[in-house]
Amino acid sequence: MCGATAGGLSLDGINLEKQAVIQGQVLRGTGDDAEPVGNAYVRLLDSTGEFTAEVPTSATGHFRFFAGPGEWTVRTLAPRAEPTDRKVVAALGSVAEVQVAI
Amino acid sequence: MSRENVLVSTQWVEEHLDDPNVVVIEVDEDTSAYDKGHIRNAIKLDWTTDLQDQVRRDFVNKQAFEQLLSERGVANDHTVILYGGNNNGFAAYAYWYFKLYGHNDVRLMDGGRKKWELDSRELVTEVPTREKTSYVAKDQDPSIRAFRDEVVEAIGVKNLVDVRSPDEYAGRLLAPAHLPQEVAQRAGHIPTSVNVPWSKNANDDGTFKSDEELEKLYAEVGFDEDKDTIALCRIGERSSITWFVLHELLGRKNVKNYDGSWTEYGSLVGVPVVLGDEPGEA
Repeated sequence: MCGATAGGLSLDGINLEKQAVIQGQVLRGTGDDAEPVGNAYVRLLDSTGEFTAEVPTSATGHFRFFAGPGEWTVRTLAPRAEPTDRKVVAALGSVAEVQVAI
Repeated sequence: MSRENVLVSTQWVEEHLDDPNVVVIEVDEDTSAYDKGHIRNAIKLDWTTDLQDQVRRDFVNKQAFEQLLSERGVANDHTVILYGGNNNGFAAYAYWYFKLYGHNDVRLMDGGRKKWELDSRELVTEVPTREKTSYVAKDQDPSIRAFRDEVVEAIGVKNLVDVRSPDEYAGRLLAPAHLPQEVAQRAGHIPTSVNVPWSKNANDDGTFKSDEELEKLYAEVGFDEDKDTIALCRIGERSSITWFVLHELLGRKNVKNYDGSWTEYGSLVGVPVVLGDEPGEA
């Protein structure tokens, strides 16, 4: 899976005018040695820190949320790793890409 | 009702993988999750095909439920352990469903599939074969399932707890944020329903919070102990968790799950709907 395209999820079939998409990939390690994490859980927290949704990552470590416009936190849980938080801003008509390194 | 009778740990499940009296069943929102790997000797129930009537919107009837469990090798005297992803959402839905049809000993694996994976416990792809049984279900227990007319009459009268995320409750989102938002019904919530998001019942690792924390959570929103309670979400799955917490963990009486939930209520003609973060008036 090394060398998978960053943010490689297809947006076919998604009407971006009505969606504020947050998506990305969970990787263990950094740089050329980074490996996608296919058994992580990614949680979406709203601007007050309240849980909104959770998805397991795909085999390639990818995840996607259909959020509303605004500030969100992406929290990643994975085996043998501390939880990792990343702030992200979503807007209608765009895709916010998040890379999470654990 | 005590925790031990309705909830088991991942460690307990690992120690009972070969126990002939225990049937472990995975029920996931992502119905393909089992096929990618599951707890050894666990079987799968698909909530979209196994547990729903395929023509009208309702559960499979008593005979179909009996046939399903008989074919899958689940007997009346088995201890059924349910687990799944998303904080056990659909596992709790299946738990409520098994109780609806009167199964005696059914329990959730605390933390569900996520806790099992975060513990780095083994997942396998081999599908076990089980001997068929002759399962006999009871008639549906009407004391734990709410229908739409009862929900409309409960406005301003009973405790209505809407367990969707705050943005869904307020009408800013129509579905949980991991699903596309293109749906037909109106956004918002039922007047007088209070918002206690389902996720507040669980820790980050998916295990349930302590009884003390849960009691505090519901006391804070002003739950009236003397009133009956109806829990709802979008399709009745996340509210199964709240039903489990209130009815099975905290031992509240007269708690129902409204499986029609927002996809039904938000499509009804003429019923009141409130937008925004406040419960609103009856």
